[in-house]
Amino acid sequence: MSDIAERVKKIVVEHLGVEAAQVKEDAKFIDDLGADSLDTVELVMAFEEEFAIEIPDDAAEKIQTVGDAIGFIKSNAKP
Amino acid sequence: MFDLNGKTALVTGASGGIGGAIARALHRQGATVTLSGTRAEALEQLKVSLGERAHVVAARMDDAPDIDRLAKEAEAAMGKLDILVNNAGITRDNISMRMKDEEWEKVLQVNLTGTFRLTRAVMRGMMKRRFGRVISITSIVGVTGNPGQANYAAAKAGLIGMSKSLAQELASRGITVNCVAPGFIATPMTDGLTDDQKKGILARVPADRLGTPEEIAAGVVYLASEEAAYVTGQTLHINGGMAMI
Ligand SMILES: NC(=O)c1ccc[n+]([C@@H]2O[C@H](COP(=O)([O-])OP(=O)(O)OC[C@H]3O[C@@H](n4cnc5c(N)ncnc54)[C@H](OP(=O)(O)O)[C@@H]3O)[C@@H](O)[C@H]2O)c1
Repeated sequence: MSDIAERVKKIVVEHLGVEAAQVKEDAKFIDDLGADSLDTVELVMAFEEEFAIEIPDDAAEKIQTVGDAIGFIKSNAKP
Repeated sequence: MFDLNGKTALVTGASGGIGGAIARALHRQGATVTLSGTRAEALEQLKVSLGERAHVVAARMDDAPDIDRLAKEAEAAMGKLDILVNNAGITRDNISMRMKDEEWEKVLQVNLTGTFRLTRAVMRGMMKRRFGRVISITSIVGVTGNPGQANYAAAKAGLIGMSKSLAQELASRGITVNCVAPGFIATPMTDGLTDDQKKGILARVPADRLGTPEEIAAGVVYLASEEAAYVTGQTLHINGGMAMI
């Protein structure tokens, strides 16, 4: 389901206003993509909405890179 | 100016003197309001007198699950929440040497912890919509202190510090967080004072009278308005000149 990766990247591009090319799987939201802590909260909210899932706070804290987000969603989103 | 048509507001402690006046004033400016408190009957009465654009959600501010339910039901009833007025508050006065743990904890729980919980619960929607107004009713006593009110003064000072922190966290998302600090206002809370106490208080009030709930409500309307978008982290003192800070 690479579709998930594409949708995650699209949200990150739109939300953080970064170039699609920058949004690599190992890119860190805060260190590499210029997000602040409130942006990361909002990204999690956007992922929850897009994929109709709940991301609990302790899981959200571990989502630091684009790949982390894709991984979490892949293993938790309904097929 | 200060048009609130299309805006929605949740007022806690709306069954009380100041909260009732705040709900009326917001409603008069065009806002849809949700009235909260513990006495459902008093809230229903106010709702009836307001007519359209009014909802009631009773809840206890010292009960965490109840606070989450309040946030959810208010948002569901109105479709969104733009303005939160944290007005519910209690006193349990006692000189510190005699103050019981229960008196301390109860006042902190209702006035400060409950307010934080409710504010946290409504922030998400405000962040998404890039608009929010959080207005907490603190007190002059939170800034000046008052003998017999160590618990109340601590909770009210806490609200000011909390609001300044939230204001900094949320400013970039179009959310302002402010306090209104009443001096002595004529309500059931101050009706309990003896004539001697009232005289003593008035001696310290240059305006030489108690304030009215409507005078507090007017400050809340201002802070809730679009016009006040650039005001955040502030405390608006409405006290007849009792303390100039
Ligand atoms: N009056 C003054 O001179 C003055 C001065 C400075 C600051 N203030 C502040 O202004 C605010 C309103 O005061 P007021 O004079 O209007 O007092 P009030 O008439 O006694 O109203 C207090 C309100 O708080 C609600 N409340 C109390 N405990 C609650 C709980 N556990 N859960 C939910 N709601 C609760 C009450 O609801 P129920 O009655 O339905 O339980 C009531 O609506 C308070 O925060 C107060 O500290 C007042």
